[in-house]
Amino acid sequence: MSIWEYANPTKFMRTTDRLLPWLVVGAVIGCVAGVVWGFLTPEDFRQGSTVKIVFLHVPAAMMAINIWVMMLIASLIWIIRRHHVSALAAKAAAPIGAVMTLIALATGAIWGQPMWGTWWEWDPRLTSFLILFLFYVGYIALWSAIEDPDSAADLTGVLCLVGSVFALLSRYAVLFWNQGLHQGASLSVAPGERMSAVYRYPLYLSMLGFFLLFLALLVIRTRTEIRRRRLAALQAREMRA
Amino acid sequence: MSLLAVHDLAVSRGGLRTVEGISFALDPGQALILRGANGIGKTTLLRTIAGLQQPVAGGIVMEDDLVAYAAHADGLKAALTVAENLDFWARVFGGGSVAQALAAMDLTALAARPASALSAGQKRRLGLARLLVTGRPLWVLDEPTVSLDTASVARFAQVVRAHLGQGGAALIATHIDLAIPEAQVLDLTPFRARPGTAPARLPSGFNEAFA
Amino acid sequence: MIALLRRDLRLATRAGGGFGLGVAFFLILCTLVPFGIGPDRGALAPVAPGILWVGALLSCLLSLDRIFALDHEDGSLDLLATAPLPLEGAVAVKALAHWITTGLPLILAAPVFGVLLQLPGRAMPWLLASLLIGTPALSMLGAFGAAITVGLRRGGMLLSLLVLPLYIPTLIFGAEITRRGAEGAGTATPLLFLAGITLAVMALIPFAAAAALRVNLR
Repeated sequence: MSIWEYANPTKFMRTTDRLLPWLVVGAVIGCVAGVVWGFLTPEDFRQGSTVKIVFLHVPAAMMAINIWVMMLIASLIWIIRRHHVSALAAKAAAPIGAVMTLIALATGAIWGQPMWGTWWEWDPRLTSFLILFLFYVGYIALWSAIEDPDSAADLTGVLCLVGSVFALLSRYAVLFWNQGLHQGASLSVAPGERMSAVYRYPLYLSMLGFFLLFLALLVIRTRTEIRRRRLAALQAREMRA
Repeated sequence: MSLLAVHDLAVSRGGLRTVEGISFALDPGQALILRGANGIGKTTLLRTIAGLQQPVAGGIVMEDDLVAYAAHADGLKAALTVAENLDFWARVFGGGSVAQALAAMDLTALAARPASALSAGQKRRLGLARLLVTGRPLWVLDEPTVSLDTASVARFAQVVRAHLGQGGAALIATHIDLAIPEAQVLDLTPFRARPGTAPARLPSGFNEAFA
Repeated sequence: MIALLRRDLRLATRAGGGFGLGVAFFLILCTLVPFGIGPDRGALAPVAPGILWVGALLSCLLSLDRIFALDHEDGSLDLLATAPLPLEGAVAVKALAHWITTGLPLILAAPVFGVLLQLPGRAMPWLLASLLIGTPALSMLGAFGAAITVGLRRGGMLLSLLVLPLYIPTLIFGAEITRRGAEGAGTATPLLFLAGITLAVMALIPFAAAAALRVNLR
């Protein structure tokens, strides 16, 4: 029994069939409870009520980056071990990541208007997220442009590899280009910079909720992709026979 | 020692196996003609042997850099002359004489013409002349006689026979009868892949992995 | 390899090769910008470094799809893949040919366009240096994008979408060098960053591009 057995489409379908309801329930509870609890927190002495958007903004931003990392790992597994489910999982994750990036950008803009007095600023963090969004769009466009699924999986895998390097490079190039307004990391471990516990625990909860939401969406989308492949395979076989 | 030995080979196109269980060997001086209905996988098999795609199962045993491959597209540049086109491939492959190749395919008179001014049959002859300048012993040819007239087909058969006489070998997919008496014929029809019988160990692509 | 380079250069300079289109596009761009911004020297000079770099980048983009698409259509790419020349080498040579026919003319023409856009004289050497160091990376990354999209029927738009984000670091450092040159500030740091990116791209991207080509030839 090795972990690679889950790369078998049939096994994957059977396992996720049992897992999915739990993921959905967990995601709903986590997201709703995290955001509602976050909404009931007291107002910040500097940022006022606007601080509450952080319970959407930070988890979305975190997932935007982590989903790209997950796609990178899934692409590597496909390229090295040729597990078909892995390639489809990377494909299924990309639109979720793109939407998370958009949520992070949009909530950031809504928060930035009252706090910085501007919807958009060419700040390094904001710019990096915009660039990340461009990479997501290119990746999704490439998947949808190539007809042959094997080639599509290979080419998007290579793009994901090269794109990761350049996304990271852009992150630091942008830092060189403009120093920016954005505050430091929200969950810094450095003493004195930490958020107060009042905000921290609901934030942890909504982060967990977003993570489960991603897992649930990923499983649903991957299952759809597997079924779509199955359909295409049966049609191809029918035509060949 | 065979130039090329193929055993239990299976190839795939579009994620599905086309032909499987193919075994043959080609010695210097031998030619093998592949036959089979359209879509059975002749082109895929030739591209696999030329190294342009990976086999799904089985093995291909040969040394590196033996194959000269010629397919439907001749790889000609319309803006270059006949001689320039051939000279380029001669340099890339580090092979034989351009003048001899031109003479063999009856193109000497056209050497200074731009390739854009050639007829379809003349282009085809130029594409086949490229085989001679590669200096490679194993010719892998996909429908080499398309758009050739009868005289050119006969000339081409002579060129192939001369190549075989010099210790070369040829693997040809064609529908017409080439005048190459020493060639053997392999009909691919019995090797058509049957769905479901292939071992599921290594799916050849998405379509097999999910069916 | 030299034969391939010579053939590509010859094809680019013969009729229908599209040689010089990039420079013409660059000229049009630099003519249009003052119409959009206004003829004022005070308005043009500060944006000139950025416009020149974005212009160079877009002109480079214009001819990228030709790097492999034509060879793919006429079957040359199949034959090159079976040639003794490693595909990685072929990619590098074709990117070099693209740079010689697109990047080099841009660099030679850049001072004229700098004058058009009121770029301060002391920034001129830095503009040339940054283009000289940066444009090879543009051609090589473009070859990667072209390799990925070579089999697609409408690859042109997709190619721009894939390649432009990869150009961001080069653009940032290239324009920064020129801007600092115009201000008379130190340019060593961005110059080194730009050179580092170009060298890394030249060393690694041929492998990624060749892998993509092999997938597309299957």
